Order: sequence, then structure tokens, then C-alpha cells
Amino acid sequence: MKLKGAQILCECLVKEGVEVIFGFPGGSVIPLYDVLPQYPQLRHILVRHEQCAAHAADAYARVTGKVGVCIATSGPGASNLVTGIANAHLDSSPILAITGQVARPFIGKDAFQEIDITGITVPITKHNRIVRKAEDIAIRVREAFHIASTGRPGPVLLDFPRDVFLEEAVFHYPDKVDLPGYKPTLKGHPAQIKRAARLIQESKRPVILAGRGINISQAHKELLELAEKTDIPVITTLLGISSFPENHELSMGMLGMHGMAYANMAVNNADLVIAIGMRFDDRATGKVSGFAPHAQIVHIDIDPSEIGKNVRVTVPIVGEVKNVLRVLNKEVMELKHPEWIAQMHLWKREHPADITSNGTFIKPQSVIDKICEITKSNAIIVTGVGQHQMWAAQHYCYIKPNSLVSSGGLGTMGFALPAAVGSKVGLPNEIVWAIDGDGSFQMTLQELATVVQEKLDIKIAIMNNTFLGMVRQWQELFHNRNYVATPITGPDFVKLAEAYGIPAARVMEKTKVAEAIETAMKHKGPYILEFIVEPEENVYPMVAPGATLAQVLEDPRKKIKVKETSKEISNL
Amino acid sequence: MNKEKTELAKIHHDMTKRTLVALVEDKPGVLNRVASLFRRRGFNIESIAVGHSEQPGLSRMTIVVDGATTAVEQVRKQLDTLIDVVKVSDYTDERIVARELALIKVHANSETRSEIIELADIYKAKVVDVSEKSLIIEVTGEEQKIDSLYELLRKFGIKELARTGRIALPR
Repeated sequence: MKLKGAQILCECLVKEGVEVIFGFPGGSVIPLYDVLPQYPQLRHILVRHEQCAAHAADAYARVTGKVGVCIATSGPGASNLVTGIANAHLDSSPILAITGQVARPFIGKDAFQEIDITGITVPITKHNRIVRKAEDIAIRVREAFHIASTGRPGPVLLDFPRDVFLEEAVFHYPDKVDLPGYKPTLKGHPAQIKRAARLIQESKRPVILAGRGINISQAHKELLELAEKTDIPVITTLLGISSFPENHELSMGMLGMHGMAYANMAVNNADLVIAIGMRFDDRATGKVSGFAPHAQIVHIDIDPSEIGKNVRVTVPIVGEVKNVLRVLNKEVMELKHPEWIAQMHLWKREHPADITSNGTFIKPQSVIDKICEITKSNAIIVTGVGQHQMWAAQHYCYIKPNSLVSSGGLGTMGFALPAAVGSKVGLPNEIVWAIDGDGSFQMTLQELATVVQEKLDIKIAIMNNTFLGMVRQWQELFHNRNYVATPITGPDFVKLAEAYGIPAARVMEKTKVAEAIETAMKHKGPYILEFIVEPEENVYPMVAPGATLAQVLEDPRKKIKVKETSKEISNL
Repeated sequence: MNKEKTELAKIHHDMTKRTLVALVEDKPGVLNRVASLFRRRGFNIESIAVGHSEQPGLSRMTIVVDGATTAVEQVRKQLDTLIDVVKVSDYTDERIVARELALIKVHANSETRSEIIELADIYKAKVVDVSEKSLIIEVTGEEQKIDSLYELLRKFGIKELARTGRIALPR
């Protein structure tokens, strides 16, 4: 039976189990949109900017484990996807970006709304293709889903010339793909795993560094088993947050530039680092030459090119994290490290993430604490980028697996709102809180219309400090408080929300924070809270750029507090 | 003294060159992908030569990389990540046959022509074009052979040089 290319594409999406597509129409994709109603299994969500279609697809993929799908038209539609695709690429999120293209005779002629999107996205996609014939659609789509979702996940882009959507071909969905150049290693080498087990056995001060790979591989159970069996503390990267329950005795929080002082100290003093599904990103390692100076490193990752890329590795194990841990858990013996663990807990007590609560402004950290308390650690937290993102990482207590959706690698401001859309669509029965900054929020706030149109019950907390906070912090600490282009104004967020038809409230007093959050939670439907927070609050601890993890800057106010206390003691 | 230094530097440079051979699928844009990968990772390519291989649908790409400034193992792994790249091998330390072809257009008049042709003969190179003012010499061999002939021809005045870059097969 002959079908139009557009229909073939839809048939393929249905075959791949796609249930949602985030998109925005345009000339080149009208033929595709024209046939969409024939496929009621495919729910289309209209965004307000294509970048947000990509972000929504990305977040959808992160929370469901399925491939997220987004559509944009040719030219500006496609180029608007670029940031979203790059974001998915750096955080290893499986998405399929479908772009329209001008009809085949017009390609390469600078036609209307033509852009070389496959050329542009070569460095930021796992793979991309122009589909030049309707009869190629099925195999290209099958390959795309396979590539996006297997091995190290990532974005794949398929570019469809308009006339290919209209061309007819017989639809046959291929049983398998033939990609001789793509054979990901899924099982770890048994000898390497044994070597790792031996190192674990011999070590006195081991730490586990858990990254996004645990969340992607859904290896939470296996990680818990490893940590408990070997009595090894677990530290996470930013995107490794919620790979391990933070209320567990062995949880040591996040490391890195804004990681907990005690996590960084643990790594500095470790004699063995077991890195699982993380890539030694510079935010996590600090100055790489000074990273874990006393430790041997076991590196478990599915991407062989990550091993040895940034740090020297003692035992490399290439494989899917879940598979490797299963075998490793059988190889390791039961161990106990009472002194090391006691030392961890001492460091934890000596370097708490505390908040000095003087001044009249609400402290942003306390808002996160309150959201955590009221949601009982049950929410999916979606963040933008900047100070608020770091506070959300530090102050929410993550117990639920895979409950943080944040732009780590690319650090894209504006990620929160569209990612919250994608997260809520993927997990409609979960509580979704978007935690955003006033700067980040302004980048993609037009998606509030999507929230309303799709009736998404998302709670949004905007930390308004009237600054581009993280940049301001750097200007304060490293550029002599030269606040250039960082004071930022915005709309009256409450009036804005109301203009979109979303109830909202502004919170200016510390005593009203809890009540406001409760109100938002009780409301059935989207709700926005604007918190007026301390304008020049800094994120601590901090490891300055170029410094090692041994050089943690703690909140200077804490030192003062400690000094005062000891004065008191000496006066007794 | 300076000449010795530059020659030593050149020998050292030659010693740090590494030869990677990749078998890639004959799909559109593969060369672009490889070049793009090298550019964004900051790998220095000395030369790249690609053509059909003995397997239908696959091309063989020979890439020479400066090992002194580039982490060759990373190059190999990153190339391997590309979906269209089927296999990558580092042949530097293997026993290989490596060859390159160069066309050298050199100024030549009735006085200098015979000396140039003599040199070409010594290098087993061929004269493939003659005109009143110049001739084109075709030479194949390892890079040092081509470099060496090129140096000797310099004094006559080189008009143009075209080199293919190395291709190599394991013995």
C-alpha cells in the first residue's frame, strides 16, 4: 500500500511508541501537520518557540526514558532548535529533531527559509541525515531511534525536504538496522571488573562519584547495593543528583565548583575514586591537575571516548553502568570503613550548608528548603541556570530517583519552563516544580501560554533578585564588583502570570514563604510564586575557576559567626 | 648551525607524526563530519587522503596527525564515536607501506632542464609535462623522499606544488 512520506513518518513514530510530539508548524512541515490528525496516538503540543520544543522533548526524555520528539519547520524554525539540540547533546538526552527542509530542487540555492541544518548540527548531534526519498524514511527513522536511545544517548536530527513528505512510497518498517560503524559496548570486560573489585578491596578511603549515567541507566538499585555492600560514601555530580538518596547515611552530596565542602574534601583525601557514569567535567573536578591527588581511579562509562579524556584512569571499564554494577556487586566483598565514614560525618558536621538568616530579605536557600519540606522530597525539580540552580541542587533533599531536571553541560538559561512542560507531560501524575531565576525566566516565559493551552499543573518559583545572579557573583568576587549588564529589570511577574491566565502571588516576607508554597500546592492547576530574595546573596561554597577542589571558599559570614562563638566560649 | 637545528626539528617532527587509518561508510557528508570533529576538538591534521576501499560502500581514509600536539588516542576514540566510521586503527607503530604522490611544477629553461631531469631520474620521478619555461615532475614515495626532492628543486624556483597526503596499508 502506498502512503505519502508524511504518513510514513507518522506510521514510524507510532511503531516506535511515540506518544507526544513538541512542535511548531511552518511552510515546510505543513504536509506533515496535515496528516497528523490521522494518528490520534500522536499528541502534538504546540510550543511558542522552537527552542522550547527541543527543551521539552529533552526533559520528556530525561523523565520517561523514552526518546523525546520535536518538530520545526525549515530555516528559522530549524535554527531555533539549535540551542535545544546542543543542550540535549551535552547532557546525553535522547531526542529526535524533525525539521522540514525546502523541496529538493531548491536545496543549495539559498531558497526561502532554507538553512543547512544538517551542516550546522553536525557537531551537536549524535547523528543527522537529510532524507532524500520517501522510500528511505522508514529506515532512517528506525536508525534514528536506535542511535538516539542506545549506547550513550543523544540527539539525532532528520531533515525532510517538503516534497519528500508529499512523495509516495510503499511503507515497510524494517526489522533491524544495519550500522556497521555503531556497535556500543554494553557489557563491561570481566577482567577489568575484577581488577576494580580488587582495588576496592584494598582501598582504605574510597569514594563513589555518581553521575548522570546512573539516572540514564536506571541503575539506582545497583548503586545502592554497591555502596551498602562495600560501605563506601557516594558523592554526586550535578546531574548525578537523585542517583542516590540524599537522606542515606552514605550520601555525601554534590562535589565541584558549588559542591559541598565536605564532598570536595572527601575526594581530595580519597585513595580510590570509583567514577560511575560521569565525565570529569571541569565544574566537577576543579583544576584537573589537582583532582583527587591521592587516588587511583576506576572509571565506568558507556562512552569509551570519555575514558582518559580528562583524567588518568587506573581501571577503565566500558559498558552500560547497570550491567557493570550488577557484575561488580557480585565481585566485591562486604566491607566496612568505620574510620573513613566517621571522618566523613565529622566533615559534614563541621561544614554544614547553613543559612545565616539576618536581614529582611528572604534568603533564596530557605525557599528551596521550604519547598523540599512541603513537597516531602516528592517533587520533580526542574531548574533554569544560575545561582538559583545551584541552590536548588544544594538545598532540596533528593530522595526520589531521577528527580532533578537541569541543564548541566550547556548551562542554558531558559531551560526551566519548557523543561517543566516536558517533564509534566511525561509524568502527569508527579508534582513538578520549576525553580527559576528572574533572568532565566525571561528567556522563555512565552511558554506560559503552552502551560495554559495544555492545562499543565506546574508550580513555578521565580527567585527574583533583580540581577543576573551568577554573573554578578563573579563580577563581585573576581572583577571588583564591576556590575556591568547584570542589574536586570523584568515585568511584574504576578501581572504577567495573570495576563496568561495563571494565578500568581508575590512573596516578600520570610514569614509568608511556607504559606505561599502551601497555597500553590493546594491549587489545582499551574501557579506562579515570585519570591523577592536577597539581591546580592552569593552561592557558597565555591571553588574559583582555575582552583582545585582543595581550595574551597566558604561563606565568609560563617567564619565571622564561628569567631564570635569562640569569643563567647572563652569568656565563660 | 641553524640549518642543523631546523633539520633536527624536522626529523623530530616526522617522528611524532602518527598515521590513523579509518574505514568509513560512503554516506554523504562523511568527510565533513570527520573534518568537523577534528576542528572542534582542536586536533591538528597534517594530511587527509580518502578514496574507495576494496569493500563496496566503504572508503579508506588515511589521516596523518601531529602526535606532539595532539592526543592521538583521543583522536582515535572520537573518530570511532562517529556513526559512519566503521573502524579506526593507529598504524604508526605497525609495519606499513606508506606512500604519497606529488606533482611539482618547477621553472625550467634550456639551461636548467637537463639538471632537473637528472634529479628526477635519481628520485625515480617522472617528467609528465614540459613547456618552454617549466616542467611538471610526478614523484611518489614516502614523505621524506618527496621533501628531499622538493628541497633540491627549490633553487630552480617552484611554481606550484600539489601533494595528496599519505596513504598506507599494513604489511
